[in-house]
Amino acid sequence: MNATVALDDLEPVRQCEDSRFAVPTMRCAGCIAKIERGLGELPGVVTARVNFSTKQVAVSHTPELTEDKLKSAIAELGFEAQILADNPLSEDRGDTRRLLRALAVAGFGMMNIMLLSVSVWSGAVGVTKDLFHWLSALIAIPVIAYSGRPFFASAAMALRYLRTNMDVPISIGILLATGLSLYETATSGPHAYFDGVVMLIFFLLSGRVLDGMMRDRAREGISALLRQTAPGAMVIQPDGTTAWTKATDIRPNMVMQVAAGENLAADGVIIEGSSGFDFSMLTGESDPRLRQKGDDVLAGTTNLTAPVRVQVTAAGQDTSISDIARLMDEAGQHRSFHVRVADRAARYYAPAVHCLALLAFIGWMLAGAGVHQSLLIAVAVLIITCPCALGLAVPAAQVVASGALMRKGVLVKDGSALERLAEADRIILDKTGTVTMGQPVPDNLDQLSDDQKAVTLALAQSSRHPVSKAICTTLNAKNIAPADVEDLTETAGEGMSAIWNDQPVSLGRPEKGNASLATQLVIANEITHITLTDAIRPDAHAAIRELDELGLPASLLSGDSLEAVGPVARELGIIAQACARPEDKVHAIGRLSDQGHKVLMIGDGLNDGPALAAAHVSIAPGSASDVGQQAADAVFTSDSLMPVALSVKVARRTMQTVRQNFALAIGYNILAVPLALAGLVTPLIAAIAMSTSSLIVVGNALRLYGSAK
Amino acid sequence: MSGLAILIPVALFMGLAGLAFFFWAMRNDQFEDLEGAAHRVLIDDDEKPDSDDREV
Repeated sequence: MNATVALDDLEPVRQCEDSRFAVPTMRCAGCIAKIERGLGELPGVVTARVNFSTKQVAVSHTPELTEDKLKSAIAELGFEAQILADNPLSEDRGDTRRLLRALAVAGFGMMNIMLLSVSVWSGAVGVTKDLFHWLSALIAIPVIAYSGRPFFASAAMALRYLRTNMDVPISIGILLATGLSLYETATSGPHAYFDGVVMLIFFLLSGRVLDGMMRDRAREGISALLRQTAPGAMVIQPDGTTAWTKATDIRPNMVMQVAAGENLAADGVIIEGSSGFDFSMLTGESDPRLRQKGDDVLAGTTNLTAPVRVQVTAAGQDTSISDIARLMDEAGQHRSFHVRVADRAARYYAPAVHCLALLAFIGWMLAGAGVHQSLLIAVAVLIITCPCALGLAVPAAQVVASGALMRKGVLVKDGSALERLAEADRIILDKTGTVTMGQPVPDNLDQLSDDQKAVTLALAQSSRHPVSKAICTTLNAKNIAPADVEDLTETAGEGMSAIWNDQPVSLGRPEKGNASLATQLVIANEITHITLTDAIRPDAHAAIRELDELGLPASLLSGDSLEAVGPVARELGIIAQACARPEDKVHAIGRLSDQGHKVLMIGDGLNDGPALAAAHVSIAPGSASDVGQQAADAVFTSDSLMPVALSVKVARRTMQTVRQNFALAIGYNILAVPLALAGLVTPLIAAIAMSTSSLIVVGNALRLYGSAK
Repeated sequence: MSGLAILIPVALFMGLAGLAFFFWAMRNDQFEDLEGAAHRVLIDDDEKPDSDDREV
């Protein structure tokens, strides 16, 4: 590795690497300029580009400038940055772009064909009319071939498995109408339906683009929140130096140097040193555990107190986390059985439309109208019943609702999540990090004397133990100045000790065991206990009561011990189950589902991942592990639990609007279909009917704009 | 009638030009950072005239 770097230095053009960082704290133009210029001056940086909308920085740099160095460079500029791995959620972004291009082409075609059609409708005859029809055909055919592909592809897929979906009647309608219009044009017939066909494609694509954009926007928001568990580690090289290695390049038997405060990138065995490890990602328990030489440590846990060397036993896909990932995959399988509202409607709608068109054809044939005339009427029926408004009904409502929720700090991943959220009738809550804040807060610091506070801060500020950090934050907020201490040392699993005014002082593990989090401060021989509690989220009680009123009774399901769960459950007045392993949580949800309940799971940890995937619908707080955020259908970013109740309310209102939209679309069909059956629908009527019904549906959906207030 | 021979190609050309421009804009990530673009106007480029030249 090192040898090639030296060689590369001589070459003027080198291969660049791209890295992305989340910088949530940038707020203004000054921040953009500061980051871009500051990074640009760094040797090895080729370009640095800030994306302000997503609060990310993309840096193109030489391979020897590693991600951790860039991260500290951004930190020196005064911004907290997190390394982003290749975002697994952004893979299908190409879909929306393809749809958007198709929409642009359809829009172009629609406007130009309309231009020609208006002249035909206003009375162009003879050669002019034929010319305009030919020109329309010339524009329409490439446009239909390009923009219609999403529908043709999906219809072909459905037909291959002998099923039918919304795209089957659409595709048949498009193809039949195009073919017939071409025949009409060639024989200088009175009507060509090119305008109707292209307009149909345009409106339907608008619906799909809206749907795709909603998904992308929420996913981008979530990926900005994602904190990489461990993007890589410092690996000790054969020559004794250390080099930053990405998590994907770590192999078994490598030795990682893990500093205090870092997350582990792979499973391994400690070969040097001992330290406290935070296993809360895996177990949900906030109390750290001591691990010494020879003990196993797992990827995703945080090293809290002292640097250790860890020999890797399993990396990448083989880590213990992958067991949880497998469990999540299996749990997530059954969720795909959820049929989206639009497809459920299509199940009845598509055959009905086909039959109606066929009946129109047969009826007019029997009435002696001739093949050509009967076919024309059948096509008019297909076009007029094509679910233009139906295609917009669902996505338009869902996009507006998710936009309203996003302004309130709830990111909904896709429309089907809103549909499932509206159906939920039970809530299961995780404790640590979900009902509680997930961060302990000291209760009795006020009882300490000023000297004691100063010593406590001096000891606490040098440790990364969650208890120390909590004490530090609280004392810093009170503007306490740390005392001058000497010989500061940290003993893993014991705590901090030092000398202050020639007296030994220490802050560490309390002698008497206690279920709640606590620490003891010792100055000379005087012992003071500091207790901490993991505070329940503000208005958690009110939120749970409100959800109960909405018909969603809650219960607590935690991996934590009974002693820790009990008080929380009592305070909230809900039933609780403690000591639940990830698979127990999945089983609990499975039992409820078997009884016919639709479970809404709210959880944050890695240990909740499978349960989040197994539940009918799931929500994670913004502080959740990235596994939790990826498994959940929605993420809320505030400290309060209220957004959960709000989401349920908005989801229900959205489904109400969707149902109204369906009613409007069907009502329009009831008016238009008899006209089509009677053979009275000209391209002009089809165009007016289609755009009016679409506008009404979109207008109705826009009423949801203020629904999250 | 003779006007149509000119006007229709002109209309089509302008539509196609707009479409081509939209495709170009999408390919060049012009819609990636709409909020950032609004803020970038305020950045003072004078401090470093040579380092901030952007290709347009």
